[in-house]
Amino acid sequence: MAKQSFFRLIAGALAAFVLLPVAHAQVLPDDRFDLLYHSYEGDQITITGPSLLARKKIGQKVSVSANYYVDEISSASIDVRSYASPYTEQRNEFSLSADYLVGETILTAGYTNSDEQDFEAQTAFFGVAQEVFGGLTTVNLSYARGWDEIGQVTDPEFFREADRRLYRVGLSQVITKNLLLTFDFEGITDEGFLNNSYRQVRFRDPGDARGYRFQPELYPETRTSSAFSLGGRYFIGAGPSAVYANARTYSDTWGIAAWNAELGYTYSLRSKWLFDLSARHYSQTAADFFSDLYPFENAQNFLGRDKEISTFTNTGIKLDVTYDFSVDMFRFLDRGTLNFSYNYIMFEYEDFRNIPAGGDPGEEPLFEFNADVIQVYLSFWF
Amino acid sequence: MRTLISGVLLLGCAVSAGCSNIEPWVKPYERANLASEVMKLDRNPVSGSYMNHVHESREGARGASGSSGGGCGCN
Repeated sequence: MAKQSFFRLIAGALAAFVLLPVAHAQVLPDDRFDLLYHSYEGDQITITGPSLLARKKIGQKVSVSANYYVDEISSASIDVRSYASPYTEQRNEFSLSADYLVGETILTAGYTNSDEQDFEAQTAFFGVAQEVFGGLTTVNLSYARGWDEIGQVTDPEFFREADRRLYRVGLSQVITKNLLLTFDFEGITDEGFLNNSYRQVRFRDPGDARGYRFQPELYPETRTSSAFSLGGRYFIGAGPSAVYANARTYSDTWGIAAWNAELGYTYSLRSKWLFDLSARHYSQTAADFFSDLYPFENAQNFLGRDKEISTFTNTGIKLDVTYDFSVDMFRFLDRGTLNFSYNYIMFEYEDFRNIPAGGDPGEEPLFEFNADVIQVYLSFWF
Repeated sequence: MRTLISGVLLLGCAVSAGCSNIEPWVKPYERANLASEVMKLDRNPVSGSYMNHVHESREGARGASGSSGGGCGCN
């Protein structure tokens, strides 16, 4: 009953928002086509693949987009090196969405399907965006619902499900003719099988030659999180160029608290080149039930040793270069860019240990690794 | 959580409804800088989406990681 009331409230708020009297014109996104190749290497994991995006207007009121994305994964990660065997797999993701311009509002609806050998995720989403304050403010509200089906390669009978609900409010605000601020809130609730169907936790066992053994992880079946972010972008005349910064705080019912901040600079050279240099730092505390080494088997009702729920930080630097090239030979194209992006990220864990490095149980060196993230892509506007 | 989301939604609607007739303090002809390529919030959507995926796959935090997806008031 409470859930129905809540959804009625959300629906009412969305309806009231759509019907607001405003006096500024919204426009649909530009028609474009992007072809991207991505590569991630770190912790003896390599993930590569393409991503294709096509967006096209249909008439004056509708814009549709489709995205196909692939992850080709080859993994010998720290978890694999600790208790499993290297593996390769592929994940395919396909998204379709449509924007509908109605009055001064853009309504967006879409669907995403992500499929891999032992995991299928489906997400449906709906959003509304509207400019107010004479076009100085853009407000976005969106809701998404996700359904996950989890399997296991080693056990064809294994089948679990999880549901997700995502609520988002976004705001971008023109402050001056050179300053733009953004605010975002996103609340997410999960229910169902939320742990990995393969991952193990370790516990002390004096009877074992190593001094420890492994058992399957066991997560709570619900999780609720909230994240707030605040960002700003300031125009600088030279170049032209701009500086930007954003920060985010996060907390959830598992006890994870996190924050991150990013600072960047964008520089345009002769309208042909665009350079973007940024630095990002992320920090989080561990989930309440996380432990690198439990004192005995089934030590708690919930067990987790995933490094993503441990205490850690990461710091990255990123450089993007865009070259705007002539497309005169193709009359149907308005513009084309060739883009290169490199991101170097350093991960340092504070309570997750590197078991393969050796040492007494619980005394192994703390885990750390560096990752290289590369993107090369072509963008065309038509 | 629900109270918080409801509050934000209602506040957004109230602010929007109450201020729809406010005179914009940055006039349309003053928005050239905001329309510049260097000021775009989501210049490369495919790349931005990929980087969100890279971060969310390796971090406990999730959500509120993208831009608002809105304009700069310079359309």
